[in-house]
Amino acid sequence: MSFDNAYEAVSEANDEARWAFGTGFEDPLSGVDTSLPSGVDGDDLAAYCLMLGDDALIMSHRLQQWCTRAPELEDEVALANIGLDLLGQARLLLTRAAKAEGSGRSEDSLASFRDEHEFRNVRLAELSTHDTADFAGVIAQLLVFSTWRLALLQRLTDSRDPVLAAIAAKGVKEVTYHRDYAAQWTVRLGDGTDYSHQRMQSALDDLWPYVGELFESHSVVERLPDIAVEPSELRVEFDDVLTQVCSAATLTVPDAPARAGVSGRTGRDGVHTEAMGYLLSEMQSVARAHPEATW
Amino acid sequence: MSEMQPEMEPVKHEWPLYEVFVRSKRGLNHVHVGSLHAADDEMAIRHARDLYTRRNEGVSIWVVKAADITASSPDEKDPFFAPSADKVYRHPTFYDIPDNVPHM
Repeated sequence: MSFDNAYEAVSEANDEARWAFGTGFEDPLSGVDTSLPSGVDGDDLAAYCLMLGDDALIMSHRLQQWCTRAPELEDEVALANIGLDLLGQARLLLTRAAKAEGSGRSEDSLASFRDEHEFRNVRLAELSTHDTADFAGVIAQLLVFSTWRLALLQRLTDSRDPVLAAIAAKGVKEVTYHRDYAAQWTVRLGDGTDYSHQRMQSALDDLWPYVGELFESHSVVERLPDIAVEPSELRVEFDDVLTQVCSAATLTVPDAPARAGVSGRTGRDGVHTEAMGYLLSEMQSVARAHPEATW
Repeated sequence: MSEMQPEMEPVKHEWPLYEVFVRSKRGLNHVHVGSLHAADDEMAIRHARDLYTRRNEGVSIWVVKAADITASSPDEKDPFFAPSADKVYRHPTFYDIPDNVPHM
């Protein structure tokens, strides 16, 4: 049996006989007006959706790379779950970007057939921790990423674009759990043994140069005043949460200067770290080897 | 490691086992769904959420350390349960149950 919309198959709340597991799923965009809001430049809206979508897509891939590498089976499933949540957000955002730019591209072609300089994610999302199996590293990355993204999505629920607002409302519930998961582990490792404390602190120190970029404004954001969220507004909440978590974890909030981009250009402008090329070559390999494949 | 200091606690290589009970959206009671490993109760609740409620199954989770459960022994099966098998009169089958009383 095939369905055009996956939710139709499992959204009947009382159809208990057919499914062994839960039913009553909800389509996050059900009832939302998906036409473009008036007076908005489609290219700008598409660029903004790409930024937030690429953040989720690339971070999701980094979490998926932890499959078979996490210290415990339970945490492996937890990281994969979080990765899948972010992949879901990425799909909605890339779909929105494709519609706004009106070029006939799809979420799939945006994810699999863009090159490195066309990706708009912050560099924090692409940092690699799985190859050295540095669990403190992925926890630090997830703590910073989800604290920042939660603050962003909470404000995005007031966006004038009803689709972005709906995607944000769905994401807030998910990312609240991601932040909670990362904070719990940060406290366990930071306030654990001398060795785990040292590993957690150096993980935070290592990624801190990429934190400043999260709060830099961008010309695209400035052109979408009541649609996009101004990143600099998120810094106070971010600092408060990090201070609270680090204090409970007996860690020090790092104070390292931001890693400069190339001529002032960073991830949001398509300028990435060396790790990004390797990430994309793996993430896009199947789609590029079989460009017409469907499944 | 034989040179371990006597006051150091030995490193535990495995987290304790927990049993997980989930109350589903359509069910009435918490039902045993499986087990998992976690370092403590808080972590067990989170692991249970990640492992056993991913397909929209649950609205409430209980976890309990497997070591804290006292179970009946299979050896006592007959003295425990066999005597109830031939006493149908213990069921209140002669009462009419109103239609609007559910779950009897």
